[in-house]
Amino acid sequence: MFNTTIIIKSLPLLLEASVWTVVYSLTSVAIGFCIGTLMCAARLSTSPAARRVSAFYVSFFRGVPLLVQLLISYYCLPLVGINVPSSVAAVGTLALCTGAYITEILRGGFLGIPAGLIEAARMVGLSRTQILTRIEVPLAVRFTLPSLVNETTMMVKASSLISVVGVLELTRLAQNIATSTFQPLEIYLTAGAIYFVINGVITLLGALLESRFQLEAAR
Amino acid sequence: MSEGPIIDVRGVWKRFGATEVLKGIDLSINKSDVTCIIGPSGSGKSTLLRCIAFLEEYSEGEIYIEGELLGFAQEGGKRRRVSEAEVARVRRNVGFVFQQFNLWPHMTALENVAAPLRLARGIAGDEAARRAGAMLEKVGLSARAGAYPSQLSGGQQQRVGIARALAMEPHIMLFDEPTSALDPELVGEVLQVMRDLAGEGMTMAVVTHEMGFAAQVADTVVFLDHGRIAASGSPEEVFRRDPNPRLRQFLQNYFDRNVFWQSEEGAAS
Repeated sequence: MFNTTIIIKSLPLLLEASVWTVVYSLTSVAIGFCIGTLMCAARLSTSPAARRVSAFYVSFFRGVPLLVQLLISYYCLPLVGINVPSSVAAVGTLALCTGAYITEILRGGFLGIPAGLIEAARMVGLSRTQILTRIEVPLAVRFTLPSLVNETTMMVKASSLISVVGVLELTRLAQNIATSTFQPLEIYLTAGAIYFVINGVITLLGALLESRFQLEAAR
Repeated sequence: MSEGPIIDVRGVWKRFGATEVLKGIDLSINKSDVTCIIGPSGSGKSTLLRCIAFLEEYSEGEIYIEGELLGFAQEGGKRRRVSEAEVARVRRNVGFVFQQFNLWPHMTALENVAAPLRLARGIAGDEAARRAGAMLEKVGLSARAGAYPSQLSGGQQQRVGIARALAMEPHIMLFDEPTSALDPELVGEVLQVMRDLAGEGMTMAVVTHEMGFAAQVADTVVFLDHGRIAASGSPEEVFRRDPNPRLRQFLQNYFDRNVFWQSEEGAAS
């Protein structure tokens, strides 16, 4: 029979673990955003070498399953002498993966910026970096916000995969509790509900940001 | 500051692939001069202005800004494109006003003017905001400082565009058809700001279709046709006396478009 006691008893632990889920996924999205911005700038630059590096990066991290990427980084980093905690390796892999998608999302946004806005920035003496961070990125984010929010929710869900390399987060803890209590249905339902709530909050924050941006565009 | 002209264009050619847009332009602009560049569409007038700002790289010739070669360095008879930072240094005293205004849509009017002061000139936030406020006052827009570009009329946006350029304290202002994207009833407010600037002694180069403005404000009118300067001189000389048939035809077309009512006694000459 459906056991509510086990849910109530394990809820504090699950919530604690979900904090790690949020930390890992949002950290990777933040790092991935920086990678994505740089790779996008490289992709749209005049240097053929930079364009090739960016194109290869995107095709690799989009073309290989995230689970395989996680396993590669888990087993291969120590072999090449890089010894970092598995949580760091996992977040790094998540960041590289989402960075590839963010590169492609932002590319559309960058291409939608009228050339005159960049010319205006050059004429008042802004440097290339200032133009990128103060004009291009803010505008590209505004143009692509729904896709970026979507990518963030995807990463919250994808962070469940890092449980396979031994990083404690919501899914991993749910597995642990489920196997020790033999009540998998209740525990996984609860974990699923927590993911649902986290992504609901992210979507809500995205909508709030969007309505704030729309004030700028309001006539 | 150097004694020579602020802008000196010498034998400038501009090619886009096989198309020759500018074919040997020579033009000097002295301090406090207002030079209006007129001509049919496709004559190269906007391209010339964009070359002077190095928004377009010119193919041949030289452009000097206050005595410094723009965009290139001469090395043993060959010329080499200089870095973007060096271009920015040479044109630091050149302000540019665009046909499409090109205000940054995510910044308020005040931010559009203040941000370059902070970022390019390193002026502290409070002081940058104060100067930006003063510039907006100068163009009559203090009341709209907190508005985003989308909340401003075209004429207001263009005045912010002028304030943004002026805030950098340029020695010369370049205007690329500043009123062409405006509804007719909004043209006047922008031209008035430009008249005031000219009255203060600002050096200006204006690509325009506003012949009335050119006639009243310009010291020199330059008529461009097929990438060459076909006529230039005082407004009086160019509008009344220069016999160049292409110029006469251009002016006649303009006149025909803009005169919609004539009195019985006779047409205006």
